[in-house]
Amino acid sequence: MRVGVITFPGTLDDRDATRAANVGGATAVALWHGDADLKNVDAVILPGGFSYGDYLRCGAISRFAPVMKLVIEAAGKGMPVLGICNGFQVLCESHLLPGALTRNSDLHFLCRDQEIEIVNNRTPWTNSFTAGEKITIPLKNGEGSFQCDDKTLALLEDEGRVIARYVGKNPNGSRNLIAGITNERGNVVGLMPHPEHAIDPLTGPTAQGLGFFTSILNAMVK
Amino acid sequence: MATIVVDVMLKPEILDPQGNAVASALPRLGFTFATSVRQGKRFEIVVDGEPTAAQLAEVEKAAEVLLSNPVIETYSVRVEN
Repeated sequence: MRVGVITFPGTLDDRDATRAANVGGATAVALWHGDADLKNVDAVILPGGFSYGDYLRCGAISRFAPVMKLVIEAAGKGMPVLGICNGFQVLCESHLLPGALTRNSDLHFLCRDQEIEIVNNRTPWTNSFTAGEKITIPLKNGEGSFQCDDKTLALLEDEGRVIARYVGKNPNGSRNLIAGITNERGNVVGLMPHPEHAIDPLTGPTAQGLGFFTSILNAMVK
Repeated sequence: MATIVVDVMLKPEILDPQGNAVASALPRLGFTFATSVRQGKRFEIVVDGEPTAAQLAEVEKAAEVLLSNPVIETYSVRVEN
């Protein structure tokens, strides 16, 4: 089971995502933004950071990286894709996920441990959790406020495509406390907080983020 | 040489925390004229000679695909003399 982890110029969390994929039981494969080959991976993670310096809009330029053409194509055929933080922003800019991530409502860059509730455990990235399970993982971003029009919001809610919600006070102004969503097919998931930073209590607040990386293994073995 | 200007603004229904921050800073400095402020982006694109209709159509396309995100933003294109 090979999980690709893409590094764009300005990506920060590729090392942690690689480690998390390996600890989850997969073999992580490094992918470069300029690659014209997905190296036979079974799934792809777009990690967090500030790809292309967040210039123009977060994720706006990364969307046109050569490797993204292949990711968009593969996602269309059902390959599991997980975008974390900046990766979520890239997936929205790529139109693999609806909506957009905008400036936090209080304008502050947030960096803290955040409780979230897993709402949908039927995706290849969330099947290790129980529906309604609450986990605490780091949240660190300046532009994490999920926004979309009313019609899209109703669609996401009606189809059960919200995969995680913030618990307690809304940290960034996201509509309906949305922390993560999935596409219609359920193979592409975007998540603002960082499960890859919470796979070991030695270095993270909990090890509860690991579930995202064991889920993908379950999904592939099934 | 001519300059094609593309203005990009957040859609009215999208929360604009930066605009709100500016709006609340103004009265602190004694400027009491504003009821609200929205903040946007302006791109100045320089081309050789007078822009052709084809060039303007290309800029429109670029504004749609790259310069703006149609999910949250609107854009307008004009030529500045």
